Amino acid sequence: MGLLLAPPSAWFVVLYLAALVALFVSAFWQVDEFTGNIVHNWTFANFHTLLSEPIYRTIALRTIGIAAAVTLTDAALALPFAYYAARVASRRTSSMLFVAVLLPLWSSYLVRVYAWRLILAKDGVLNWALDKIGLGSVNVAYSNTAMWIVFSYIWLPFMIMPVWAAIERVPESLLEASADMGAKGWQTFRRVTLPLALPGLAAGSIFTFSLTLGDFITPTLVGGAGSDFIGNVVYRSVGVANDVPFAAAFAAVPVIVMTAYLLFARRLGAFEAL
Amino acid sequence: MTRVALRLWTAAIVAFLFVPIILICVYAFNPSNIQSWPLSGLSTKWFSSTWHNQEMRQALWLSVRAGLISTAIALALGTMAAFVVHRFRFFGRDAVSLLLVLPLALPGIITGMALNSFFAFGGVTFSLTTIVIGHATFCIVVVYNNVVARLRRTSGSLTEAAMDLGADGWQTFRDVTLPVVSTALVAGGLLAFALSFDEVIVTTFTAGAQNTLPLWIFGQIRLGQRLPQVNVVVLIVMALTLIPVILAQRLTRDTGVLRRAPAVGAAKPR
Repeated sequence: MGLLLAPPSAWFVVLYLAALVALFVSAFWQVDEFTGNIVHNWTFANFHTLLSEPIYRTIALRTIGIAAAVTLTDAALALPFAYYAARVASRRTSSMLFVAVLLPLWSSYLVRVYAWRLILAKDGVLNWALDKIGLGSVNVAYSNTAMWIVFSYIWLPFMIMPVWAAIERVPESLLEASADMGAKGWQTFRRVTLPLALPGLAAGSIFTFSLTLGDFITPTLVGGAGSDFIGNVVYRSVGVANDVPFAAAFAAVPVIVMTAYLLFARRLGAFEAL
Repeated sequence: MTRVALRLWTAAIVAFLFVPIILICVYAFNPSNIQSWPLSGLSTKWFSSTWHNQEMRQALWLSVRAGLISTAIALALGTMAAFVVHRFRFFGRDAVSLLLVLPLALPGIITGMALNSFFAFGGVTFSLTTIVIGHATFCIVVVYNNVVARLRRTSGSLTEAAMDLGADGWQTFRDVTLPVVSTALVAGGLLAFALSFDEVIVTTFTAGAQNTLPLWIFGQIRLGQRLPQVNVVVLIVMALTLIPVILAQRLTRDTGVLRRAPAVGAAKPR
């Protein structure tokens, strides 16, 4: 057993956990302005900059706000779909729907974001289609709206799967009991199915929320000027400014937000539904 | 009435999920330099120049190597972890399964930044090795999930029977356990490769100046350069992530492990 456990544990402890510790520690260091080297003296300067510069607050709030909007949108889109797939559809249709959610879930993330960049462009498919049906054209390319649409699209399968699984697990007998006692279909859904699907929704929301929080590809490709996410600042701090300590400090924000969110989701029973 | 509404909603969601994927595949055949819709026609004229683009080829080659090596590491380590967690009860067992899922649960920039500061701290130069370290770290859990799901569905009496019939540990492993988990291993490997081949966020932090194929695509789109070639490459990437998934799905129908979200969650997100 020890022989089998040692290699994977070693990989995770030596590389991954050590890296997380390095991230945490370097957030308290600084880059020497003249030499560009990392100076190993402990300081809260990075966190002070984060809190005192309004731009970083705006960016953090934008990131969290869009992540929340995406989560709500995906929940609303996924719920009827999951209900149909788990309760109404025939076995055959249901397994086809499973593959239909599975393929986008695993297919190239970058390619799908790029597809949306082309769709939402001024002379893209969206405006062409709107024009065809006589609705004129919209100007959503490179905006917060574009990010909202694309994120909602990209992470939708991550919401559907756990909600589907949760609805599938609702015992048939409960629904029958509810109907026997005179509840209409809608009442049964609202008072029985929905509360039991809540852990699934909470589980899905962990993915949609966390994945949006940590992204910078979608904001770069479909967001406009001034639609930076936390990830964009982190990315530039490392790639352009070569300021690893500041990037590490800003990267702590999604970690803190996610920790708080996970505690909240656990109260909704998300972990039992995972 | 409700049924009809639900059916329409479901159909609309399926269309929403697939229209962008189909469209981007069609764009590979756009004859024009300009990426507007409708296309002026269909043509394969960009395919050969794309294939002869040296930068693209290097990036593709780097991605293939990173994918294969990461997959190999993930297969080895993921399988070991799966066997241990399945077979033994030990102190810290839950911690092991939690740790494995952490790279998927934390946002990608965290894993990327963590490895980046680690390498910066240790004075490590970016290379294929640093890319592989990042990829393998989040691929291990994919293999692990597949193998654990299969082991859970396999009755322990099979191995017991082999032992009773006098097979030693190694024989039992070779003749009973391995055939049972083999398709789960193939599926896990395919998925790990698909995940590695497409990864951008962690890779941006661990590649330094090197370009993997997704990094090359990302760079070209941002600069608005060689978009016709990007369209062709994107078609290839789409195929190389979809085909393994379709194969893996056929191999793991019994365990439904591909759900990714709940399966990942069994122990728990990207």
